[in-house]
Amino acid sequence: MAAPPLSHPSIPAPGGRSPWSFRMSGQSLAGAAPLGDAPSRFRLFPRRLGAARRFVAPVVLVLLWQLAAQAGLVSTRLLASPAAIATAAWQLIASGELAYHLAVSLRRVAIGLAIALGFAVPLGLLAGLSRLGEDLVDATLQMLRALPFLALVPLLILWLGIGEATKIALVALGAAFPIYLTLFGGIRGVDPKLLEAGRVFGLSRAGLIRHIVLPGALPQALVGLRYALGTAWLSLVVGEQINATAGIGYLVMDAREFLRTDIILVGLLVYALLGLGADQLVRFIEKAALAWRPSVLGER
Amino acid sequence: MVSGARLEVRGVSHAFALEKRALPVLQDIDFVAQPGEFVALLGPSGCGKSTLLRLVAGLEAPSEGRLLVDGAPVTGTDPSRTIMFQDPTLFPWRTVRGNAQLGPEARGTLAADAPRIEQALSLVGLASFAEAFPHQLSGGMAQRAALARALVNQPRLLMLDEPLGKLDSLTRLAMQRELAALWERERFTALLVTHDVEEAVLLADRVLVLSDRPARICADIRVDRPRPRRRDDAGLVALREEILALLGLAEAA
Ligand SMILES: Nc1ncnc2c1ncn2[C@@H]1O[C@H](COP(=O)(O)OP(=O)(O)O)[C@@H](O)[C@H]1O
Ligand SMILES: [Mg+2]
Repeated sequence: MAAPPLSHPSIPAPGGRSPWSFRMSGQSLAGAAPLGDAPSRFRLFPRRLGAARRFVAPVVLVLLWQLAAQAGLVSTRLLASPAAIATAAWQLIASGELAYHLAVSLRRVAIGLAIALGFAVPLGLLAGLSRLGEDLVDATLQMLRALPFLALVPLLILWLGIGEATKIALVALGAAFPIYLTLFGGIRGVDPKLLEAGRVFGLSRAGLIRHIVLPGALPQALVGLRYALGTAWLSLVVGEQINATAGIGYLVMDAREFLRTDIILVGLLVYALLGLGADQLVRFIEKAALAWRPSVLGER
Repeated sequence: MVSGARLEVRGVSHAFALEKRALPVLQDIDFVAQPGEFVALLGPSGCGKSTLLRLVAGLEAPSEGRLLVDGAPVTGTDPSRTIMFQDPTLFPWRTVRGNAQLGPEARGTLAADAPRIEQALSLVGLASFAEAFPHQLSGGMAQRAALARALVNQPRLLMLDEPLGKLDSLTRLAMQRELAALWERERFTALLVTHDVEEAVLLADRVLVLSDRPARICADIRVDRPRPRRRDDAGLVALREEILALLGLAEAA
């Protein structure tokens, strides 16, 4: 057959633009809408208002609490007033005590979490990526998971003593399971059609894992990480009640001895803020790593 | 330039194992596509067209029969035999360009293929959407992205599974013209699955009409019309009527 005169791939229609580049401009609007600069910008303002409105009730509650304390309606032995809590917090911050205890607690969580990741990620990969690995690893871990890990405290104390090791081990145990489970589930949940497409385009097994399995499992695994951080704080609270000599938990237990409800409440507040901060951190990671997901773009 | 591959499908039958019984899908399919030939597969929905392409792609092995590409048996997938799936199956975490880059990336030819990738994206009209993620595309745009992703691999055998099915009619007409031009330039062997009789006769050298499931080849029709073809070519119109009659859909004469 004679070579066609159309040497360039995109033959423009005689009018100049190809017929669908014209259509494209029409479609571009529709295509961009869900990603939506426009919608999210529209939402931003009312959302801010909404966020401010959300603080009204808590602020009123705190004010009422303060008034009730000042009026002597609430015993400060049972519940310190907000002002007393603020003063206690300020004193703990100024003396550097809070920073010290916070550092101890954070260290426990960081080490525990690192250990959890160190075990759970390789095991999750092993079980997720090979049937043999699944048979070896998954059944065992599923059985262990049935055990409430906090019930292991007595054993951990016998094995590891009442020092740092037990507290860190508890954090690691609590965090490891969610990471393992979601990574394993995420890997197994990857769309087989995407794997087939990868094979068609010539990806090797390693390439399939790197380009399809891992990115496909990431959203789930990050949910697991978020969950793991939650259980890590919970484990920390429990762990720090065991003969601690430092840490936020120690601060709280010590305050109890002296009936300092103000310091106890500062401790609780710090726990809450830490939990919130950790959650924000993972959300931030999610936002950065999962920019391709519509749900993440739609969030907040 | 890469030349087309010769595809031999020899006595291929395929059945899926359902819970109790086997579901026969393909029955004794036998044909040869010559290098650079454009073959259209036309058949009722659910008859086994996609399955046939999966077998040729090497994603699955046939229950019976043999598949040979340039004389060598198909044992697995190969980038020289690329398929554009009926669902676009784009990688959601990759942009449109990232999706197109996957094949070259897998083969380590990303740098050399960069111009080809851009060319493929503008060919399908997605150059301005190169950085968009799949969830930001309409169904038709996703199909075009999948087409670009298949094209960058310079396949010797390109399988297209209802590639233009989700496009609006105007875009579809334009894409048909692009496909014809592309095939004339590159001369890969093409297997096109389509529902659209007009599309089949417009693009193909040969139309294989498949029966209901289990699919058998019930007609092998040569389309001997000069290219570039016109939709209103009297020969094509007559062929279209003939094929519609075969499918039992002839308009009252
Ligand atoms: N993996 C599978 N397992 C069982 N049945 C399948 C599978 N894939 C396809 N089928 C069945 O085979 C038949 C042909 O499917 P397909 O090749 O997709 O048809 P089409 O001609 O519409 O592309 C259908 O009835 C479908 O349900
Ligand atoms: Mg199909």
